[in-house]
Amino acid sequence: MLWSALSLSLGYNATLVTLGSSLLGAAAGMAGTFLYLSNKALISDAISHATLPGLGLAFLMARGFGWDERQLAILLTGSAASAALGLYFVTLLTQKTRLTQDTAIGCVLSVFFAFGVVLLTIIQTVPGGRKAGLESFLLGSTAGMLYSDALLILILSLFTTLLLLVFLRPIKLITFDASYGETLGFSSRRVEILVLFVALAVTVLGMKIVGLILIVALLIIPAVSARFWSEKVDVIFLISAGFGMISGYIGSTISAISPSLPTGPIIVLCSFGVFLTSFIFAPQRGILAVALNHHRFQKTVHLTQGLLLVAQGQSIYEPKTHRLLRRLGYVRADGVATEVGNSMAAKTLLNERRWSHWNKLVRDSDQFDDQTVFSLMDIEKKLTQDQINMIDQGLVQKQQGQV
Amino acid sequence: MSGITLVSNRGFTLEGQTGQDAPLNIRGMTVSYGQMPAVYSIDLKVKSGSIFGILGPNGAGKSTLLKAAMGILPVVSGQISFFGKPLKEARHQVAYVPQRTSVDWDFPATVYDVVIMGLYPSLGLLRRISKSDKAKVAESLSKVGMQDFSDRQIGQLSGGQQQRVFLARSLVQQADVFLLDEPFAGVDAATESAIMLVLQNLQAEQKTIVVVHHDLSTVTTYFDHLFLINRQSIAYGPVGEVFTKENLTKAYGGKLGSTQLGTIGL
Amino acid sequence: MMASEFVALSLTPVLIAAFAGMACALPGNFLVLRKQALIGDAISHVMLPGIVVAYLISGRVTTWPMMFGAAGAAIVSVFLIEIIRRLGRIEFGAAMGVVFTAMFAAGVLLLEQSETSEVHLDVEHALFGNLEMLIWLQSDGWGSLLDLNALAQMPPQFFRMLTVFLLICLFTYIFWRPLVLISFDEAYARTIGTQAPLIGLLLVIFAAITAVAAFDAVGSIIVIAMILCPPASARLLTNNVRTQVFLSLGLALSATLAGYILASYAPLWLGFSDTVSAAGMISTLSGVFLAFSAVYGRHRKRIV
Repeated sequence: MLWSALSLSLGYNATLVTLGSSLLGAAAGMAGTFLYLSNKALISDAISHATLPGLGLAFLMARGFGWDERQLAILLTGSAASAALGLYFVTLLTQKTRLTQDTAIGCVLSVFFAFGVVLLTIIQTVPGGRKAGLESFLLGSTAGMLYSDALLILILSLFTTLLLLVFLRPIKLITFDASYGETLGFSSRRVEILVLFVALAVTVLGMKIVGLILIVALLIIPAVSARFWSEKVDVIFLISAGFGMISGYIGSTISAISPSLPTGPIIVLCSFGVFLTSFIFAPQRGILAVALNHHRFQKTVHLTQGLLLVAQGQSIYEPKTHRLLRRLGYVRADGVATEVGNSMAAKTLLNERRWSHWNKLVRDSDQFDDQTVFSLMDIEKKLTQDQINMIDQGLVQKQQGQV
Repeated sequence: MSGITLVSNRGFTLEGQTGQDAPLNIRGMTVSYGQMPAVYSIDLKVKSGSIFGILGPNGAGKSTLLKAAMGILPVVSGQISFFGKPLKEARHQVAYVPQRTSVDWDFPATVYDVVIMGLYPSLGLLRRISKSDKAKVAESLSKVGMQDFSDRQIGQLSGGQQQRVFLARSLVQQADVFLLDEPFAGVDAATESAIMLVLQNLQAEQKTIVVVHHDLSTVTTYFDHLFLINRQSIAYGPVGEVFTKENLTKAYGGKLGSTQLGTIGL
Repeated sequence: MMASEFVALSLTPVLIAAFAGMACALPGNFLVLRKQALIGDAISHVMLPGIVVAYLISGRVTTWPMMFGAAGAAIVSVFLIEIIRRLGRIEFGAAMGVVFTAMFAAGVLLLEQSETSEVHLDVEHALFGNLEMLIWLQSDGWGSLLDLNALAQMPPQFFRMLTVFLLICLFTYIFWRPLVLISFDEAYARTIGTQAPLIGLLLVIFAAITAVAAFDAVGSIIVIAMILCPPASARLLTNNVRTQVFLSLGLALSATLAGYILASYAPLWLGFSDTVSAAGMISTLSGVFLAFSAVYGRHRKRIV
């Protein structure tokens, strides 16, 4: 069962939905990366909530014109239009008034959503409104999805993804460095509009599958997770797209096998699983690595500072340093250094002096880096033996000069 | 060990300061952002009654040093005391003036509203603002030359005026040591001299002033003691001894051209 | 319309909505100034899993377990956001987005998996509330407000909302100085001995308490809209924190009154047979107020 689902042989609809959500996941991952890296992650929340009034109005208008009001294309167009209007209001409020972006987002999303709810209560009272199932857009529902709807979503998702891929280079460039991108002739405003358009498309297309409340997760979580794995914009985009795709794929597959598991929440929870893994285990930025590195760093600092004090015959006031040196057997309880302690102290001091001399030697060259604290690094691991020999000669000469 | 006699190379020893009750005393302080030490192993004793400059290039950790001393940033190691006491016990003696750009000036408040914040510790949660409290605010404002701006919206102030408001807020605290983070950054000449005058008057009242500074040309006129820093301590002591070409080259590396040194008379 | 009918059918919903709106707007002022505006949005989403878990544990759909569940989830989410933000070095908004979507998804999943959906505990209820149901049938005209027996029969939501509103007022009054201080200059606040992180946390917890108390009566939409729209509008109308706070209370109150009338009476006057969602209308109206403030507000423009 699982295999047949994973290999996309569960029937047309399930296959289309799975492909569609994988594509949406990938597109959302990339668009989300741009938004996250330019501190606009929650703008997607405004987009998604702002779809609701458009959904209701489209339904009512379609009825008024005598069209089939449950036609997905009509409903999606309405949603997209009102989401775009919401987005426009967010920009307007942020630029024309003193309100900050987060306030603008919150106001627009709550008011649009509330107005959408008013429209829904009206729709409940019109004939056929109750059965229209517009509520299914809140939390998404793939059960009973029409073949034509699934196909429409898939085709539009494909189009969105392609659009994004075509413009990926300028998007990455502007994300990395907007002003540099501008000098190369790319307009950061246009790139932003493009990304917001993609985010809007993802939201509207994902509404039927994931639901408009949870669709923001697709635009936020993969990007945030990907950030843990790399410092390079290119790589983050790629990883984020991958994460989004995998979450969409696995999520919709699982819910295809057991229809009691709703697609949207499963996709979001898959995504969150990826996030948790990244948050904890990512090699550089993951919290385990950070905690371990910080502990190690703190130890190095205390050890180096403490041993230098020992070497200078000064007393150690910092209790933490003292405890550490005692635990390592470098000093006795009364603060006097042991034999090992003294030799370690001498080594630390030598390291310090060698670095200091090296810095003097390279001060005028381009190898000089005045803002790195070299004392915390073992010079024997950073420089070649020849360089160290040269430094030592210099130190000996200096000493003879002083004598 | 190549026959090298091991002598401390940490540049200087901390002499001339008696007792542990210096207005600000920092021992072995390291602060880091992630794995990068922002300041490393700083020892610093601020001489009582001095106008004390902290000088160094961009990214040298000057502001970090001050923030860590004020407990705003956590330290990896090190001990900090004010008048021989930890900050917690010496709070009422210490006034901190943050960088002007660290807050959003588009906050719905007037100059008076901001300056009276300096009295919050003594006002507590609910005590009413008395006439004498208001007088203190007015007095501080007139010391910085802002007496006519009391009801002005803070968003309407120029950079220099904002800086004066921050200084006035610290003055009402009636502290014994003042820590100022880049008070002269981006302010007009009139403000700069007004602030300097206030600081000199404070010094005359036996107060101690610590200033994070970046403008080399005014160092010798502004400060009597100096601390040169670039992640690590470079030099420390009376301005005349510290403000030398050799020390500055150490702190600024190649960034300091000889022409620049020429313009400041070195 | 008869006075007795108004008191019985509309007075309590209006009052409950008004207290809910004002209770939300009060902490909202500081959340807006502290640039944490969206925390209300996050809190109202995460209440769902809290309610479902409370139902699964207690086995009942009664008020108190639900309230505790919702409040618990809100506080858990605040801590999770803080942990992710600090340890993961992730921007506040993004950390919030991760937490509230994941928790909401878990809530929906639990809801679908349990039998809960069969009883009256659905997403719509949490979103829209049941303001129109909070009627006071035992009343008989305005005189009932002085009749202790009749008062005792008022919907319990009324007393709950009133208590929460008074509690928030008290909190704001007592902690006014630190609240203003941490909203303007948090670093400085810490240097003069203000427990800035604690006050910030208290603010969020009080916002959560309001949200929890309000959602049962009026639904989550009102909560998000009222936390933000009245303070945001007020910010554009004045340049003084104190005035801003009082204005936001007035705006919340007017939006509630006008919104309720628009939703419950206007459609009938216009000849429609059904009313629309009062909660939705009240929130929509608060948005209209904001739009007006954004266009005409004396202090709408940023100076610096």
